[in-house]
Amino acid sequence: MTTVTAPPRTSKQMVWVTTHRRTLGRYILPTVFILGLIGLQELLTQNGALPATYFPPASEIAAALIQELSAPALGSALSSTLSTWLMAILLSVGLGTIVGVLLGLIVPLEAILRPIIEFLRPVPSVALIPLVVLTIGTGSQSALFLAVFAAFWQVLVPAIIGVRAAHPVALDTARSYSFSLWQRIRWIQLPSMLPYLATAVRLATSTSLILIVTAEIIIQMPGIGYEITMSRSVGNPARMYAYIALSGAAGILLNGLVRRLENKLFATHGLGGTA
Amino acid sequence: MLVVSGLEKTYPGKDGGFTAVSGMSFEVHEGEIFTLVGPSGAGKTTLLRCIAGLDAPTGGSVTFDGEVVSGPPRDFAVVFQDYARSLMPWMTVAKNVELPLMKKGIDAADRRERITRALQEVGLGDAAEKRPFQLSGGMQQRVAIARAIAYRPKVLIMDEPFASVDAQTRADLEDLLLRVQEETGTTVLFVTHDVDESVYLSNRVAIVSRSPSRVAEIVDIPLPYPRDQIDTKSQPGFAHLRGHVFGRIREMVRDANLTTT
Repeated sequence: MTTVTAPPRTSKQMVWVTTHRRTLGRYILPTVFILGLIGLQELLTQNGALPATYFPPASEIAAALIQELSAPALGSALSSTLSTWLMAILLSVGLGTIVGVLLGLIVPLEAILRPIIEFLRPVPSVALIPLVVLTIGTGSQSALFLAVFAAFWQVLVPAIIGVRAAHPVALDTARSYSFSLWQRIRWIQLPSMLPYLATAVRLATSTSLILIVTAEIIIQMPGIGYEITMSRSVGNPARMYAYIALSGAAGILLNGLVRRLENKLFATHGLGGTA
Repeated sequence: MLVVSGLEKTYPGKDGGFTAVSGMSFEVHEGEIFTLVGPSGAGKTTLLRCIAGLDAPTGGSVTFDGEVVSGPPRDFAVVFQDYARSLMPWMTVAKNVELPLMKKGIDAADRRERITRALQEVGLGDAAEKRPFQLSGGMQQRVAIARAIAYRPKVLIMDEPFASVDAQTRADLEDLLLRVQEETGTTVLFVTHDVDESVYLSNRVAIVSRSPSRVAEIVDIPLPYPRDQIDTKSQPGFAHLRGHVFGRIREMVRDANLTTT
Protein backbone atom coordinates (compact mmCIF):
# COMPACT_ATOMS: atom_id res chain seq x y z
CA MET A 1 0.00 0.00 0.00
CA THR A 2 2.59 2.52 1.07
CA THR A 3 5.28 1.22 -1.26
CA VAL A 4 3.96 3.11 -4.24
CA THR A 5 5.38 6.57 -3.85
CA ALA A 6 6.52 7.54 -7.36
CA PRO A 7 4.51 7.76 -9.52
CA PRO A 8 1.93 8.44 -6.84
CA ARG A 9 -1.07 8.15 -9.13
CA THR A 10 -1.81 6.58 -12.47
CA SER A 11 -2.89 8.93 -15.19
CA LYS A 12 -6.45 7.66 -14.89
CA GLN A 13 -6.51 8.54 -11.23
CA MET A 14 -5.00 11.90 -12.02
CA VAL A 15 -7.79 12.64 -14.46
CA TRP A 16 -10.36 11.58 -11.87
CA VAL A 17 -8.81 13.79 -9.23
CA THR A 18 -8.43 16.80 -11.51
CA THR A 19 -11.92 16.57 -12.93
CA HIS A 20 -13.38 16.26 -9.46
CA ARG A 21 -11.25 19.08 -8.20
CA ARG A 22 -12.50 21.10 -11.15
CA THR A 23 -16.15 20.33 -10.41
CA LEU A 24 -15.50 21.27 -6.81
CA GLY A 25 -13.86 24.55 -7.87
CA ARG A 26 -16.30 25.37 -10.58
CA TYR A 27 -19.66 24.47 -9.11
CA ILE A 28 -19.64 23.33 -5.52
CA LEU A 29 -17.50 26.03 -3.91
CA PRO A 30 -19.22 28.99 -5.63
CA THR A 31 -22.65 27.55 -4.79
CA VAL A 32 -21.73 27.07 -1.17
CA PHE A 33 -20.31 30.59 -1.06
CA ILE A 34 -23.42 32.17 -2.58
CA LEU A 35 -25.74 30.20 -0.29
CA GLY A 36 -23.61 31.33 2.64
CA LEU A 37 -23.94 34.97 1.58
CA ILE A 38 -27.70 34.63 1.26
CA GLY A 39 -27.88 33.00 4.69
CA LEU A 40 -25.78 35.79 6.17
CA GLN A 41 -28.06 38.42 4.64
CA GLU A 42 -31.08 36.60 6.05
CA LEU A 43 -29.45 36.47 9.49
CA LEU A 44 -28.42 40.13 9.49
CA THR A 45 -31.82 41.35 8.39
CA GLN A 46 -33.76 39.06 10.71
CA ASN A 47 -31.89 40.23 13.82
CA GLY A 48 -32.16 43.88 12.77
CA ALA A 49 -28.49 44.55 12.02
CA LEU A 50 -29.56 45.73 8.57
CA PRO A 51 -32.65 47.99 8.33
CA ALA A 52 -35.51 45.88 6.99
CA THR A 53 -37.02 48.84 5.13
CA TYR A 54 -34.10 48.90 2.66
CA PHE A 55 -33.00 45.33 2.99
CA PRO A 56 -35.86 42.86 3.20
CA PRO A 57 -34.70 39.38 4.20
CA ALA A 58 -33.74 37.02 1.39
CA SER A 59 -36.69 34.80 2.21
CA GLU A 60 -39.06 37.70 1.64
CA ILE A 61 -37.42 38.53 -1.71
CA ALA A 62 -37.71 34.90 -2.73
CA ALA A 63 -41.39 34.91 -1.73
CA ALA A 64 -41.96 38.08 -3.75
CA LEU A 65 -40.25 36.50 -6.73
CA ILE A 66 -42.39 33.38 -6.48
CA GLN A 67 -45.50 35.49 -6.15
CA GLU A 68 -44.47 37.52 -9.21
CA LEU A 69 -44.05 34.38 -11.28
CA SER A 70 -47.82 33.95 -11.38
CA ALA A 71 -48.58 37.67 -11.71
CA PRO A 72 -49.30 39.19 -15.14
CA ALA A 73 -46.79 42.03 -14.73
CA LEU A 74 -43.76 39.75 -14.96
CA GLY A 75 -44.54 38.22 -18.32
CA SER A 76 -45.23 41.52 -20.03
CA ALA A 77 -42.23 43.21 -18.39
CA LEU A 78 -39.91 40.40 -19.46
CA SER A 79 -41.29 40.23 -22.96
CA SER A 80 -41.00 43.96 -23.58
CA THR A 81 -37.45 44.14 -22.22
CA LEU A 82 -36.30 41.06 -24.10
CA SER A 83 -37.99 41.95 -27.37
CA THR A 84 -36.40 45.40 -27.28
CA TRP A 85 -33.08 43.72 -26.51
CA LEU A 86 -33.42 41.31 -29.43
CA MET A 87 -34.19 44.17 -31.81
CA ALA A 88 -31.26 46.17 -30.41
CA ILE A 89 -28.84 43.28 -30.93
CA LEU A 90 -30.02 42.58 -34.45
CA LEU A 91 -29.85 46.25 -35.42
CA SER A 92 -26.52 47.05 -33.80
CA VAL A 93 -24.79 43.91 -35.06
CA GLY A 94 -26.30 44.27 -38.53
CA LEU A 95 -25.54 47.97 -38.89
CA GLY A 96 -22.16 47.69 -37.19
CA THR A 97 -21.09 44.86 -39.48
CA ILE A 98 -22.23 46.52 -42.69
CA VAL A 99 -20.73 49.91 -41.84
CA GLY A 100 -17.63 48.15 -40.48
CA VAL A 101 -17.08 46.25 -43.73
CA LEU A 102 -17.50 49.46 -45.73
CA LEU A 103 -15.14 51.48 -43.57
CA GLY A 104 -12.71 48.59 -43.34
CA LEU A 105 -12.48 48.30 -47.11
CA ILE A 106 -12.61 51.99 -48.00
CA VAL A 107 -9.66 53.42 -46.11
CA PRO A 108 -10.14 57.09 -47.11
CA LEU A 109 -13.78 56.99 -45.99
CA GLU A 110 -12.74 55.67 -42.62
CA ALA A 111 -10.06 58.37 -42.36
CA ILE A 112 -12.68 61.07 -42.99
CA LEU A 113 -15.18 59.61 -40.52
CA ARG A 114 -12.72 58.65 -37.81
CA PRO A 115 -12.89 61.97 -35.88
CA ILE A 116 -16.68 61.75 -35.82
CA ILE A 117 -16.56 58.13 -34.68
CA GLU A 118 -14.00 58.91 -32.01
CA PHE A 119 -16.17 61.80 -30.82
CA LEU A 120 -19.47 59.93 -30.69
CA ARG A 121 -18.11 56.61 -29.42
CA PRO A 122 -17.30 57.69 -25.85
CA VAL A 123 -20.56 59.66 -25.43
CA PRO A 124 -22.45 57.75 -22.74
CA SER A 125 -25.79 56.73 -24.18
CA VAL A 126 -27.46 57.73 -20.91
CA ALA A 127 -26.45 61.32 -21.60
CA LEU A 128 -28.68 61.23 -24.66
CA ILE A 129 -31.83 60.34 -22.69
CA PRO A 130 -33.20 63.93 -22.52
CA LEU A 131 -32.58 64.38 -26.23
CA VAL A 132 -34.22 61.06 -27.03
CA VAL A 133 -37.26 61.86 -24.92
CA LEU A 134 -37.62 65.19 -26.74
CA THR A 135 -37.22 63.75 -30.22
CA ILE A 136 -38.42 60.15 -30.13
CA GLY A 137 -40.70 60.29 -27.10
CA THR A 138 -41.17 57.83 -24.28
CA GLY A 139 -42.07 54.71 -26.24
CA SER A 140 -39.97 51.58 -26.52
CA GLN A 141 -38.25 53.04 -29.60
CA SER A 142 -36.37 55.36 -27.27
CA ALA A 143 -34.88 52.46 -25.35
CA LEU A 144 -34.13 50.76 -28.63
CA PHE A 145 -32.33 53.82 -29.95
CA LEU A 146 -30.23 54.22 -26.82
CA ALA A 147 -29.27 50.54 -26.80
CA VAL A 148 -28.35 50.53 -30.47
CA PHE A 149 -26.40 53.75 -30.08
CA ALA A 150 -24.32 52.21 -27.30
CA ALA A 151 -23.85 48.78 -28.86
CA PHE A 152 -23.22 49.99 -32.42
CA TRP A 153 -19.73 51.31 -31.62
CA GLN A 154 -18.83 48.14 -29.83
CA VAL A 155 -19.51 46.24 -33.04
CA LEU A 156 -18.24 48.83 -35.51
CA VAL A 157 -14.68 49.15 -34.27
CA PRO A 158 -13.91 45.40 -34.07
CA ALA A 159 -15.63 44.97 -37.44
CA ILE A 160 -13.27 47.48 -39.07
CA ILE A 161 -10.25 45.79 -37.50
CA GLY A 162 -11.59 42.35 -38.42
CA VAL A 163 -12.02 43.18 -42.09
CA ARG A 164 -8.46 44.40 -42.20
CA ALA A 165 -7.17 41.34 -40.37
CA ALA A 166 -7.45 39.24 -43.53
CA HIS A 167 -3.99 37.90 -44.31
CA PRO A 168 -2.15 39.45 -47.30
CA VAL A 169 -1.44 36.02 -48.81
CA ALA A 170 -5.15 35.17 -48.67
CA LEU A 171 -5.91 38.46 -50.41
CA ASP A 172 -3.17 37.82 -53.01
CA THR A 173 -4.71 34.42 -53.64
CA ALA A 174 -8.06 36.09 -54.20
CA ARG A 175 -6.52 38.56 -56.61
CA SER A 176 -4.51 36.02 -58.55
CA TYR A 177 -7.66 33.95 -59.10
CA SER A 178 -9.57 37.14 -60.00
CA PHE A 179 -12.22 36.89 -57.29
CA SER A 180 -14.86 39.60 -57.52
CA LEU A 181 -15.23 42.11 -54.71
CA TRP A 182 -18.23 40.25 -53.33
CA GLN A 183 -16.43 36.89 -53.50
CA ARG A 184 -13.48 38.39 -51.68
CA ILE A 185 -15.72 39.78 -48.94
CA ARG A 186 -17.81 36.63 -48.70
CA TRP A 187 -14.98 34.08 -48.76
CA ILE A 188 -12.08 35.87 -47.12
CA GLN A 189 -12.96 39.03 -45.25
CA LEU A 190 -16.19 38.04 -43.51
CA PRO A 191 -14.72 34.78 -42.18
CA SER A 192 -11.59 36.54 -41.00
CA MET A 193 -13.67 39.06 -39.06
CA LEU A 194 -15.83 36.41 -37.34
CA PRO A 195 -13.68 36.06 -34.20
CA TYR A 196 -13.72 39.84 -33.80
CA LEU A 197 -17.48 39.95 -34.30
CA ALA A 198 -18.08 37.20 -31.78
CA THR A 199 -16.46 39.24 -29.02
CA ALA A 200 -18.33 42.32 -30.20
CA VAL A 201 -21.68 40.57 -30.04
CA ARG A 202 -21.03 39.46 -26.49
CA LEU A 203 -20.11 43.00 -25.46
CA ALA A 204 -23.16 44.36 -27.24
CA THR A 205 -25.39 41.83 -25.47
CA SER A 206 -24.70 43.18 -22.00
CA THR A 207 -24.38 46.81 -23.06
CA SER A 208 -27.77 46.89 -24.73
CA LEU A 209 -29.43 45.14 -21.79
CA ILE A 210 -27.95 47.73 -19.42
CA LEU A 211 -29.15 50.59 -21.60
CA ILE A 212 -32.65 49.18 -21.98
CA VAL A 213 -33.15 48.65 -18.24
CA THR A 214 -31.75 52.14 -17.57
CA ALA A 215 -34.14 53.68 -20.08
CA GLU A 216 -37.05 51.79 -18.54
CA ILE A 217 -36.17 53.15 -15.10
CA ILE A 218 -35.57 56.73 -16.17
CA ILE A 219 -38.13 57.21 -18.94
CA GLN A 220 -40.55 54.86 -17.18
CA MET A 221 -41.44 52.69 -20.10
CA PRO A 222 -42.77 49.16 -19.63
CA GLY A 223 -40.17 46.51 -18.82
CA ILE A 224 -38.10 45.08 -16.00
CA GLY A 225 -36.61 48.49 -15.19
CA TYR A 226 -40.04 50.03 -14.81
CA GLU A 227 -41.11 47.30 -12.39
CA ILE A 228 -37.99 47.94 -10.33
CA THR A 229 -38.62 51.64 -9.95
CA MET A 230 -42.40 51.14 -9.49
CA SER A 231 -41.87 48.65 -6.64
CA ARG A 232 -39.60 51.15 -4.95
CA SER A 233 -42.08 54.01 -5.19
CA VAL A 234 -44.98 51.95 -3.85
CA GLY A 235 -42.83 50.85 -0.92
CA ASN A 236 -42.38 47.21 -1.84
CA PRO A 237 -38.61 46.70 -1.64
CA ALA A 238 -38.88 42.90 -1.70
CA ARG A 239 -40.48 43.06 -5.13
CA MET A 240 -37.85 45.56 -6.27
CA TYR A 241 -35.06 43.17 -5.31
CA ALA A 242 -36.92 40.34 -7.00
CA TYR A 243 -36.86 42.29 -10.28
CA ILE A 244 -33.22 43.29 -9.84
CA ALA A 245 -32.39 39.61 -9.42
CA LEU A 246 -34.43 38.89 -12.51
CA SER A 247 -32.55 41.42 -14.62
CA GLY A 248 -29.30 39.84 -13.46
CA ALA A 249 -30.62 36.43 -14.40
CA ALA A 250 -31.65 37.77 -17.81
CA GLY A 251 -28.09 39.02 -18.34
CA ILE A 252 -26.59 35.65 -17.48
CA LEU A 253 -29.08 33.85 -19.67
CA LEU A 254 -28.50 36.07 -22.71
CA ASN A 255 -24.74 35.91 -22.34
CA GLY A 256 -24.86 32.14 -22.13
CA LEU A 257 -27.09 32.00 -25.19
CA VAL A 258 -24.75 34.17 -27.25
CA ARG A 259 -21.74 32.16 -26.11
CA ARG A 260 -23.43 28.93 -27.13
CA LEU A 261 -24.27 30.32 -30.54
CA GLU A 262 -20.69 31.45 -30.91
CA ASN A 263 -19.27 28.01 -30.05
CA LYS A 264 -21.61 26.38 -32.53
CA LEU A 265 -20.59 28.79 -35.26
CA PHE A 266 -16.89 28.30 -34.58
CA ALA A 267 -17.21 24.55 -34.52
CA THR A 268 -18.86 24.47 -37.95
CA HIS A 269 -16.40 26.93 -39.43
CA GLY A 270 -13.36 25.15 -38.03
CA LEU A 271 -11.84 28.39 -36.90
CA GLY A 272 -10.35 26.68 -33.90
CA GLY A 273 -7.47 25.42 -35.95
CA THR A 274 -6.33 28.63 -37.56
CA ALA A 275 -4.10 29.93 -34.83
CA MET B 1 4.65 32.85 -74.84
CA LEU B 2 5.45 34.93 -71.78
CA VAL B 3 7.82 37.80 -72.49
CA VAL B 4 9.46 39.89 -69.80
CA SER B 5 11.30 42.83 -71.24
CA GLY B 6 13.31 45.49 -69.46
CA LEU B 7 11.28 44.97 -66.29
CA GLU B 8 12.08 47.35 -63.48
CA LYS B 9 10.63 47.67 -59.99
CA THR B 10 11.67 50.46 -57.68
CA TYR B 11 10.12 50.92 -54.27
CA PRO B 12 9.80 54.60 -53.34
CA GLY B 13 11.93 55.88 -50.52
CA LYS B 14 14.83 58.15 -49.64
CA ASP B 15 17.77 58.50 -52.06
CA GLY B 16 15.68 57.44 -55.05
CA GLY B 17 14.17 54.44 -53.29
CA PHE B 18 15.14 50.81 -53.53
CA THR B 19 15.46 49.16 -56.91
CA ALA B 20 14.66 45.47 -56.52
CA VAL B 21 14.59 44.55 -60.20
CA SER B 22 16.24 46.38 -63.06
CA GLY B 23 16.46 45.64 -66.78
CA MET B 24 15.15 42.10 -66.39
CA SER B 25 14.46 40.38 -69.70
CA PHE B 26 13.67 36.77 -70.62
CA GLU B 27 11.13 34.68 -72.46
CA VAL B 28 9.25 31.63 -71.23
CA HIS B 29 8.24 29.23 -73.97
CA GLU B 30 4.93 27.45 -74.06
CA GLY B 31 4.93 24.14 -72.23
CA GLU B 32 8.34 24.49 -70.60
CA ILE B 33 9.40 24.58 -66.99
CA PHE B 34 11.37 27.76 -66.55
CA THR B 35 13.04 28.41 -63.23
CA LEU B 36 14.45 31.58 -61.74
CA VAL B 37 17.18 30.75 -59.29
CA GLY B 38 19.31 33.14 -57.31
CA PRO B 39 20.63 34.05 -53.90
CA SER B 40 18.12 35.12 -51.30
CA GLY B 41 17.32 38.81 -51.46
CA ALA B 42 17.63 38.75 -55.23
CA GLY B 43 14.17 40.24 -55.78
CA LYS B 44 12.82 36.98 -57.19
CA THR B 45 9.52 37.29 -55.38
CA THR B 46 9.16 40.92 -56.49
CA LEU B 47 9.78 39.85 -60.05
CA LEU B 48 7.24 37.08 -59.78
CA ARG B 49 4.59 39.36 -58.35
CA CYS B 50 5.06 41.74 -61.28
CA ILE B 51 4.75 38.89 -63.75
CA ALA B 52 1.64 37.56 -62.01
CA GLY B 53 0.08 41.01 -62.19
CA LEU B 54 -0.08 41.36 -58.38
CA ASP B 55 2.32 44.33 -58.40
CA ALA B 56 2.77 46.95 -61.10
CA PRO B 57 6.31 47.28 -62.48
CA THR B 58 7.83 50.76 -62.52
CA GLY B 59 9.40 50.16 -65.91
CA GLY B 60 9.46 47.69 -68.79
CA SER B 61 6.66 45.24 -69.50
CA VAL B 62 5.31 41.73 -69.16
CA THR B 63 3.34 40.39 -72.10
CA PHE B 64 1.54 37.10 -72.43
CA ASP B 65 0.51 35.91 -75.90
CA GLY B 66 0.95 39.46 -77.14
CA GLU B 67 -1.12 41.11 -74.42
CA VAL B 68 0.39 43.35 -71.76
CA VAL B 69 -0.16 42.05 -68.24
CA SER B 70 -1.64 44.88 -66.17
CA GLY B 71 -3.53 42.88 -63.53
CA PRO B 72 -3.73 39.19 -62.61
CA PRO B 73 -4.51 37.45 -65.93
CA ARG B 74 -7.26 34.85 -66.05
CA ASP B 75 -4.85 32.32 -67.58
CA PHE B 76 -2.38 32.42 -64.69
CA ALA B 77 -2.50 30.56 -61.40
CA VAL B 78 -0.12 31.29 -58.55
CA VAL B 79 1.04 28.84 -55.89
CA PHE B 80 2.47 30.70 -52.92
CA GLN B 81 5.07 29.51 -50.45
CA ASP B 82 2.75 30.23 -47.52
CA TYR B 83 0.21 27.48 -48.19
CA ALA B 84 -1.35 27.82 -44.74
CA ARG B 85 -2.42 31.40 -45.46
CA SER B 86 -3.30 30.84 -49.05
CA LEU B 87 -5.91 28.18 -48.24
CA MET B 88 -9.13 29.22 -46.54
CA PRO B 89 -9.07 27.49 -43.15
CA TRP B 90 -12.86 27.69 -42.77
CA MET B 91 -13.53 25.72 -45.93
CA THR B 92 -13.11 22.08 -46.79
CA VAL B 93 -10.38 20.97 -49.15
CA ALA B 94 -12.90 20.44 -51.95
CA LYS B 95 -14.42 23.88 -51.39
CA ASN B 96 -10.97 25.46 -51.49
CA VAL B 97 -10.26 23.85 -54.84
CA GLU B 98 -13.70 24.90 -56.06
CA LEU B 99 -13.45 28.62 -55.25
CA PRO B 100 -11.55 29.83 -58.32
CA LEU B 101 -13.75 27.67 -60.56
CA MET B 102 -16.89 29.43 -59.42
CA LYS B 103 -15.42 32.59 -60.84
CA LYS B 104 -14.82 30.99 -64.20
CA GLY B 105 -18.51 30.25 -64.73
CA ILE B 106 -18.13 26.49 -64.86
CA ASP B 107 -21.26 24.47 -64.09
CA ALA B 108 -21.53 22.40 -60.91
CA ALA B 109 -21.10 18.97 -62.50
CA ASP B 110 -18.00 20.06 -64.35
CA ARG B 111 -16.63 21.65 -61.19
CA ARG B 112 -17.13 18.44 -59.22
CA GLU B 113 -15.37 16.46 -61.89
CA ARG B 114 -12.41 18.84 -61.96
CA ILE B 115 -12.12 18.83 -58.17
CA THR B 116 -12.13 15.04 -57.99
CA ARG B 117 -9.57 14.74 -60.78
CA ALA B 118 -7.27 17.40 -59.35
CA LEU B 119 -7.37 15.93 -55.85
CA GLN B 120 -6.64 12.44 -57.19
CA GLU B 121 -3.82 13.91 -59.22
CA VAL B 122 -2.11 15.20 -56.09
CA GLY B 123 -2.90 12.06 -54.09
CA LEU B 124 -5.58 13.59 -51.88
CA GLY B 125 -8.63 11.79 -53.26
CA ASP B 126 -9.77 10.90 -49.73
CA ALA B 127 -9.23 14.32 -48.17
CA ALA B 128 -11.94 16.26 -50.01
CA GLU B 129 -14.10 16.81 -46.93
CA LYS B 130 -11.26 17.58 -44.54
CA ARG B 131 -10.28 21.05 -43.51
CA PRO B 132 -6.78 22.36 -44.21
CA PHE B 133 -5.67 22.38 -40.57
CA GLN B 134 -6.32 18.66 -40.36
CA LEU B 135 -3.61 18.09 -42.99
CA SER B 136 0.19 18.23 -42.79
CA GLY B 137 2.11 21.08 -44.41
CA GLY B 138 3.02 19.03 -47.46
CA MET B 139 -0.58 17.95 -47.90
CA GLN B 140 -1.77 21.54 -47.62
CA GLN B 141 0.60 22.54 -50.38
CA ARG B 142 -0.80 19.67 -52.43
CA VAL B 143 -4.24 21.21 -51.98
CA ALA B 144 -2.90 24.53 -53.24
CA ILE B 145 -1.43 22.73 -56.27
CA ALA B 146 -4.70 20.87 -56.84
CA ARG B 147 -6.52 24.19 -56.74
CA ALA B 148 -4.16 25.58 -59.36
CA ILE B 149 -4.40 22.62 -61.72
CA ALA B 150 -8.20 22.36 -61.40
CA TYR B 151 -8.23 25.95 -62.62
CA ARG B 152 -6.37 24.75 -65.74
CA PRO B 153 -4.18 27.80 -66.21
CA LYS B 154 -1.95 28.33 -69.23
CA VAL B 155 0.84 29.46 -66.93
CA LEU B 156 1.46 28.09 -63.46
CA ILE B 157 3.53 30.47 -61.36
CA MET B 158 5.15 29.02 -58.26
CA ASP B 159 6.94 31.14 -55.67
CA GLU B 160 9.30 28.90 -53.67
CA PRO B 161 6.40 26.51 -53.21
CA PHE B 162 8.39 23.75 -51.53
CA ALA B 163 10.60 25.90 -49.33
CA SER B 164 8.78 25.23 -46.08
CA VAL B 165 8.29 21.47 -46.20
CA ASP B 166 10.72 18.73 -45.15
CA ALA B 167 13.21 17.22 -47.59
CA GLN B 168 11.30 14.00 -48.27
CA THR B 169 8.02 15.82 -48.86
CA ARG B 170 9.86 18.26 -51.04
CA ALA B 171 11.16 15.52 -53.31
CA ASP B 172 7.66 14.04 -53.53
CA LEU B 173 6.17 17.40 -54.43
CA GLU B 174 8.83 18.01 -57.09
CA ASP B 175 7.98 14.71 -58.74
CA LEU B 176 4.29 15.51 -58.42
CA LEU B 177 4.85 18.79 -60.23
CA LEU B 178 6.84 17.06 -63.01
CA ARG B 179 4.11 14.45 -63.47
CA VAL B 180 1.28 16.98 -63.54
CA GLN B 181 3.19 19.22 -65.92
CA GLU B 182 3.86 16.34 -68.27
CA GLU B 183 0.17 15.40 -68.33
CA THR B 184 -1.19 18.91 -68.75
CA GLY B 185 1.58 20.57 -70.74
CA THR B 186 1.14 23.72 -68.64
CA THR B 187 3.86 26.32 -68.82
CA VAL B 188 5.52 26.57 -65.41
CA LEU B 189 7.39 29.57 -64.08
CA PHE B 190 9.14 28.46 -60.92
CA VAL B 191 11.12 30.44 -58.39
CA THR B 192 13.56 28.85 -55.96
CA HIS B 193 16.82 29.50 -54.16
CA ASP B 194 17.64 25.79 -54.27
CA VAL B 195 20.07 25.03 -57.10
CA ASP B 196 19.40 21.26 -57.11
CA GLU B 197 15.69 21.85 -57.35
CA SER B 198 16.08 24.31 -60.23
CA VAL B 199 18.22 21.94 -62.29
CA TYR B 200 16.12 18.89 -61.45
CA LEU B 201 12.81 20.42 -62.52
CA SER B 202 13.59 22.69 -65.42
CA ASN B 203 13.98 22.85 -69.16
CA ARG B 204 15.80 26.10 -68.60
CA VAL B 205 17.21 27.86 -65.56
CA ALA B 206 17.68 31.63 -65.35
CA ILE B 207 20.31 32.67 -62.85
CA VAL B 208 19.23 35.93 -61.24
CA SER B 209 21.74 38.32 -59.75
CA ARG B 210 21.37 40.16 -56.49
CA SER B 211 19.26 43.31 -56.44
CA PRO B 212 18.88 45.31 -58.50
CA SER B 213 18.41 41.94 -60.11
CA ARG B 214 18.70 40.99 -63.76
CA VAL B 215 19.27 37.71 -65.55
CA ALA B 216 22.95 36.82 -65.35
CA GLU B 217 22.70 33.72 -67.51
CA ILE B 218 20.12 31.35 -68.91
CA VAL B 219 21.22 27.71 -68.72
CA ASP B 220 19.67 24.98 -70.86
CA ILE B 221 19.04 21.75 -68.97
CA PRO B 222 19.10 19.03 -71.65
CA LEU B 223 18.52 16.17 -69.17
CA PRO B 224 15.84 13.78 -70.46
CA TYR B 225 12.31 13.64 -69.02
CA PRO B 226 10.79 11.85 -67.16
CA ARG B 227 13.26 12.71 -64.46
CA ASP B 228 13.95 10.67 -61.39
CA GLN B 229 15.24 11.76 -58.01
CA ILE B 230 17.95 9.08 -58.03
CA ASP B 231 18.71 8.40 -61.70
CA THR B 232 18.66 11.98 -62.90
CA LYS B 233 20.61 13.29 -59.97
CA SER B 234 23.32 10.65 -60.41
CA GLN B 235 23.95 11.51 -64.05
CA PRO B 236 27.23 13.32 -64.76
CA GLY B 237 25.27 15.93 -66.73
CA PHE B 238 23.26 16.82 -63.64
CA ALA B 239 26.36 17.23 -61.51
CA HIS B 240 27.99 19.38 -64.16
CA LEU B 241 24.97 21.70 -64.59
CA ARG B 242 24.40 21.91 -60.88
CA GLY B 243 28.05 22.81 -60.38
CA HIS B 244 27.87 25.47 -63.05
CA VAL B 245 24.75 27.15 -61.66
CA PHE B 246 26.06 26.92 -58.13
CA GLY B 247 29.38 28.46 -59.19
CA ARG B 248 27.72 31.41 -60.88
CA ILE B 249 25.60 32.14 -57.83
CA ARG B 250 28.55 31.91 -55.47
CA GLU B 251 30.51 34.23 -57.75
CA MET B 252 27.73 36.80 -57.62
CA VAL B 253 27.41 36.61 -53.87
CA ARG B 254 31.18 37.02 -53.49
CA ASP B 255 31.29 39.97 -55.90
CA ALA B 256 28.42 41.61 -54.08
CA ASN B 257 30.15 41.13 -50.74
CA LEU B 258 33.37 42.63 -52.14
CA THR B 259 31.60 45.70 -53.42
CA THR B 260 29.57 46.30 -50.29
CA THR B 261 32.34 45.74 -47.72
